[in-house]
Amino acid sequence: MSLNRRELLQGAASATTAALIAGGATLAGRAVQARPAQALRPPGAIEEQRFLGACIRCGLCVRDCPPGNLKLSQWGDGLARDVAIGTPYFEARDIPCEMCEDIPCVKACPTGALDPALTDITQAKMGVAVLIDQENCLNFLGLRCDVCYRVCPVIDQAITLEKVSNPRSDRHAMLLPTVHAQACTGCGKCEKSCVLEQAAIKVLPMAIARGELGHHYRKGWEAGNQTGRPTFDQPVQNLPEQAVPGDIVPLRSGRDPYAAPASEAAK
Amino acid sequence: MSTPVTSRSFGLHRASAVKAPGREAVRAKGWLLAHRFLLLRRLSQLAVFALFLLGPLAGVWIVKGNLSSSVTLGVLPLTDPFVLAQSLAARHAPEMAALTGMAIVIAFYALAGGRVFCSWVCPVNVVTDAASWLRRRLRITTGRAPRGALRYWLLGAVLAASAITGQTVWESVNPVSMTQRALIFGGTVAWGATAAVFLFDLLVAPRGWCGHLCPVGAAYALIGSRSLLRVSAAHSSRCNDCADCYAVCPEPQVIVIPLKGKDGAAPVITDRECTNCGRCIDVCGPDVFRFTHRFDTRRD
Repeated sequence: MSLNRRELLQGAASATTAALIAGGATLAGRAVQARPAQALRPPGAIEEQRFLGACIRCGLCVRDCPPGNLKLSQWGDGLARDVAIGTPYFEARDIPCEMCEDIPCVKACPTGALDPALTDITQAKMGVAVLIDQENCLNFLGLRCDVCYRVCPVIDQAITLEKVSNPRSDRHAMLLPTVHAQACTGCGKCEKSCVLEQAAIKVLPMAIARGELGHHYRKGWEAGNQTGRPTFDQPVQNLPEQAVPGDIVPLRSGRDPYAAPASEAAK
Repeated sequence: MSTPVTSRSFGLHRASAVKAPGREAVRAKGWLLAHRFLLLRRLSQLAVFALFLLGPLAGVWIVKGNLSSSVTLGVLPLTDPFVLAQSLAARHAPEMAALTGMAIVIAFYALAGGRVFCSWVCPVNVVTDAASWLRRRLRITTGRAPRGALRYWLLGAVLAASAITGQTVWESVNPVSMTQRALIFGGTVAWGATAAVFLFDLLVAPRGWCGHLCPVGAAYALIGSRSLLRVSAAHSSRCNDCADCYAVCPEPQVIVIPLKGKDGAAPVITDRECTNCGRCIDVCGPDVFRFTHRFDTRRD
C-alpha cells in the first residue's frame, strides 16, 4: 500500500476530526459522572466510575424489577437530568427497592455491572440511610413516630431506637432512630415512608454518607481488641544509644541526675 | 487500498439530478415490486420494535432489553458488539451472557452482511432515509459529506477514549443507542439526538450520518466485510444508465465497479459498506440487480 500526499492529508484530517468528536463525547459524558446523591443504583452495582464503563444501558434490570422502581435515565426532568443517559437508577422517595430475595435485577444484568457475587440481598449496599435532619425528625422532637424504624426490612439491625432522656421535659424519653451502616442495604423504605413533607431520613451513596476511620485505629472496647497488646507493629524507638551532652537519657537511667560534686562527697 | 472512484467517472454525478428514482421501475414492474425490499425492511424494523414493545405494552414478554443487549424468550442473549467493545476497552470483564450475545450477533452479521443491521434493524435508518428522500424532493444540494473513512477513525478514537477514561464513551452521545432506547424505554432528550441526525443529513451532509460518521455502522461493516449474502449486478448488460440506483443507494460508490465491470471486475458488490438494503433491486427498471452469495460471479 502506498500513500500519496493527498491520501495522507485526508487521513490526517479524518483522524483529527475523529479525535475531536471522541473528545467531545468524552466531555459530554464527564458532566454526569457526579451522579446526584438521591439517584441510587440497583443492588450490586459496582463502584460508580467502573459502573459507567461496565453498564451497556440495555435496561434488562429495569424489565426484571418487580416493583418497577428502576428507570433508565432519559436526561429529562429532575434527578434524571444528571444521571448518565440510559443508565438504571431509582429514587427512594419515589419507589424504594423491595429487596427481592432472588435479586432479579442482578441476575438479568448481562455484563456484571450489577455484580453477580451479590446473592444475599441483605448484603446489598445501594447506599446508606442517614437521619439527616434531626431538627425536624418527629422522634427527635419527642414524639413517637417510629415509621422509618417500623418499615425497615432489617429492623433492629439497620435501624434501632435508642432511648435517651428528653432534656426539654426532663421526665420523658426520646427514642431516636439510629442507623447502623453495617446492616443498612440502602433500600430506601425509610426515606419513602418518612411522614414529613421532605424526608428527614435519606438514603445517600456510601461515598457521601460514610467517613473512614484511620486504619491504625483500634477500638479498645471491642472484643477482638481487648487482649493485651495492639495488633499493629509498635513504632521502633529511634533514640541514640550513647548519651550526648545535654541529653536527657541519663534521666531515664535511674542515676541521680544531680550527683553531688566529688569534693562534697568526700566530706 | 483500491483506486479511489471519483463521482465524475461512470455517471455517479448524475445521481443528484434524479429527483424521483424508481419511476421507470414502477412502470415496468408495478408499485409493489418496485418497493419490495423497502417495504420488507420497514416491516423488519417495525417487527423488531414491536417485539420489544410487546412486553411493556401488552404484557407479552418475547424480547426483553433493547438493541444494546437483549434476551429473547428467556434463553437467547444478543449484545451489540460495538457497545460491548467500548466496555471491553474500558477494561471491564463482562459476564458470559454479554459475551455469548456478542458472539451470536457477530456470527449472524458475518454471514448476512454487517450492515444488514443498519438497513434492516436500526431505527436511525428510517430517519436518514427520510432526510435523503426529502433532500431529493426539495432539491437540496447544499452541504458536503465528510470522507467515508471518518467512521473508521471515529470507531478507533472512541475505543481509545474508552480505554483512557474507563467509560463507554460513545454511549453518552450515540444517537443510535439513544433512538432505539427512546423507542423502547421512552426518551425525552434522546429525541433531540434523533432530530439532530435528521437535520444533519438534510442540511449539512448528504447521507452524512449513516454513510460517513456512525461508528456503530463502521463496526458492523467490519464484522460483515466477508459476508456471504451480497447483491450482484448480475444482469449488468441490461443497464440503461438511468442512475436511479446511485440516487437511492446510501453508499453509491459501492455499485460502480461491479455494475460497470471495469477491468474484469466481478458483478458481486463485495464492498463492506454495502448495507444489503436491496433498494437498488427495487428501483431498477430492467432488473439488473439481485441478491445472491458472494461467490456467484455469473454475469450476463
